[in-house]
Amino acid sequence: MRRTGAQIVWEMLEQEGVEVVFGFPGGAILDTYHCLQDYEIRHVLVRHEQGAAHAADGYARASGRVGVAMATSGPGATNLVTGIATAMMDSSPMVCITGQVGTSLIGTDAFQEADMTGITLPITKHNYLVTDVENLASIMREAFHIARSGRPGPVLIDLPKNVQQAETDFVPPKDEVRLSGYEPAGRVDAEQLLRAAELINSAERPVILAGHGVLMSGKTRTLKELAERMEAVVALTLLGKGAFPESHPLCLGMMGMHGEAAANRAVQEADLLLALGMRFDDRVTGTLEQYAPMSRKVHIDADAAELNKIVPADVAIVGDLRHVLEELLAMIEPASHEGWMERVDHWRSQSRARDIINRPQNGRLVAPYVIDSLRKETQGDAIVVTDVGQHQMWTAMYYGLDRPDPWITSGGLGTMGFALPAAIGAQIAQPDREVWAIAGDGGFQMTMQELGTLIQEDLPVRIALVNNSYLGMVRQWQELLYEGRYEATYLVNPDFVRLVSAYGIPGWRVTEPANAAAVIAEARSQAGPAFIEFVVASEGDDGNVYPMVPPGAALHEMIRRPEASVELAGTGEEKE
Amino acid sequence: MSRTLIALVEDKPGVLARVAGLLRRRAFNIESLTVGRTQEPGISRMTIVVDSDRTDAEKVLQNLNKLVNVIDVEDVTERALVARNLALIKVQVNGGSRAEVMQIVDSFRGRVVDVGLDTIMIEATGNEEKVEGLVQVLQAFGIVEMVRGGRVAMVRGGQPQ
Repeated sequence: MRRTGAQIVWEMLEQEGVEVVFGFPGGAILDTYHCLQDYEIRHVLVRHEQGAAHAADGYARASGRVGVAMATSGPGATNLVTGIATAMMDSSPMVCITGQVGTSLIGTDAFQEADMTGITLPITKHNYLVTDVENLASIMREAFHIARSGRPGPVLIDLPKNVQQAETDFVPPKDEVRLSGYEPAGRVDAEQLLRAAELINSAERPVILAGHGVLMSGKTRTLKELAERMEAVVALTLLGKGAFPESHPLCLGMMGMHGEAAANRAVQEADLLLALGMRFDDRVTGTLEQYAPMSRKVHIDADAAELNKIVPADVAIVGDLRHVLEELLAMIEPASHEGWMERVDHWRSQSRARDIINRPQNGRLVAPYVIDSLRKETQGDAIVVTDVGQHQMWTAMYYGLDRPDPWITSGGLGTMGFALPAAIGAQIAQPDREVWAIAGDGGFQMTMQELGTLIQEDLPVRIALVNNSYLGMVRQWQELLYEGRYEATYLVNPDFVRLVSAYGIPGWRVTEPANAAAVIAEARSQAGPAFIEFVVASEGDDGNVYPMVPPGAALHEMIRRPEASVELAGTGEEKE
Repeated sequence: MSRTLIALVEDKPGVLARVAGLLRRRAFNIESLTVGRTQEPGISRMTIVVDSDRTDAEKVLQNLNKLVNVIDVEDVTERALVARNLALIKVQVNGGSRAEVMQIVDSFRGRVVDVGLDTIMIEATGNEEKVEGLVQVLQAFGIVEMVRGGRVAMVRGGQPQ
């Protein structure tokens, strides 16, 4: 079959089972776009290439498949960079195809030329500059294989214009990809596994730290069995939410800088940490000198480079949790740790008493109440996509997940502007599910042009804007750590409801707690997209995320939730 | 302390940039880096000498291993090695000193590879100490120009790296 490079791109995308490409055309990728309508692949035209990368990422996280973004050379390609780095940090499988100037012009500062393989070297799992159309098909196969296998990540293919135009005999490459320098599935060292089991079986105060890797392995049920057999409490990383049911008595919720006080205390007091598919991010550990000082550490991860990187492990195992968890489970003896559980329960009940949700309403709308209402109205059943900042931490705390649902948030890179485009990708991946984008007023305005994509694609994404008229998390740091000097954090905002109405999207503004539930119900009843602006308390105890481990402090040195100054009428009620 | 890493890599454009990029990101100072072909077509071998302690070298090694184009990489610092350096040294000479310089070169098992009217060029091979020793002695005569290759190293014994 004679095919041009442009045609081979689509042939190979079809072979990889790609249903949708998020992109934005331009001069150097025009030849590839020219063939698009000959193939059964949906193209979603974004408003800015960053949106294409985040949408592909959101699609990948909601579907478990490889997301695909396409852009032209130069500025089109550099606009993808933030989205590629976001996917890299959160191990999201993605393939980005960028146009490039013709091979004879590369390196001459040609119009719209940027050295994309150079720029993305440290933020891709791998990248390719295709210089010969003969190699294109096998490169595309390799790219998808690398993106999805092992610890997933983004792969970029830079495609010069003349390679798109060149013709060749297209022979689909073999399914199996063999790369001598790439072995995704690490062998499990049986002896190490035995040592891990010994440490686990002799532990008295065990804590499991469950991360993104558990979710990606799909072995959440095995984790539940393991935790119950060990009688270990489970703390979750931000991206690990959903790996263990949050209403389970053994679940401590999120750990780290804005983790539950009980989770952080348990980590600090534990005599065994079993870390699964997580990487001891600095937002998880607090100061390392005082991190979990009494514990032995067993660390299991698919990426050897994560072991002993931050926290030295007593037993470090390179392995795919798909196999390791079950092998480990078989070696674990049933145990119970009554005294330990009592202490953990005591910490937990203290946290609940201080929780703003369990305190009497003072008539002000606070963000935790917004998230709690969203959870109640959606019965915890929506796919939640967040932006970055205060609302993100509140969503992590108050939108409890009881099953391994997609929970889509920019964890590692902390990319503001992520929510709306990622929610577009998630909705396309899961057309029958209810998708909520939750964003702050700062982050939303970084990518709100994707409202255009939303209406063009007619997607029923619901948007909850948590508006405190500040870059809230930065303002919180300024209030607590920078002498209360608010520099460059106050935002003069547009009328958001009128803004979305210009796109034909119905919008509501909620300013009082009493109206929240009814408006959420109304938004949910819409057939298409819907938007709610929640005007929330912006400062002080009602406007800050607590608990908080200040930067440089140890995990147990938290700024706790403020004590309620009024009578604790609601403390008898347990928060889920 | 300096550590010696040996990496087998695919012989493709950009691979050196990937390896160097990782070292740069960790702020490792590269003391020397040599690349050349191996007995197997398509595979190149790098000998990388970095200023680092063992723990940091181990971390960078793990990351090098993740590069798709890196087939294998090992920290050979603590293994029994043959390590060699090459230097070309151009030395100022006159009628009086020429014989003396040649004698010194001979005792270091170096070779004279070019003789000019008032300079001679010397080739020296050996471990760093030996080459460094020769350079120091020759400084007294006046070194006009010098080029040194980086370290190349191979583990002793029958096992290939």
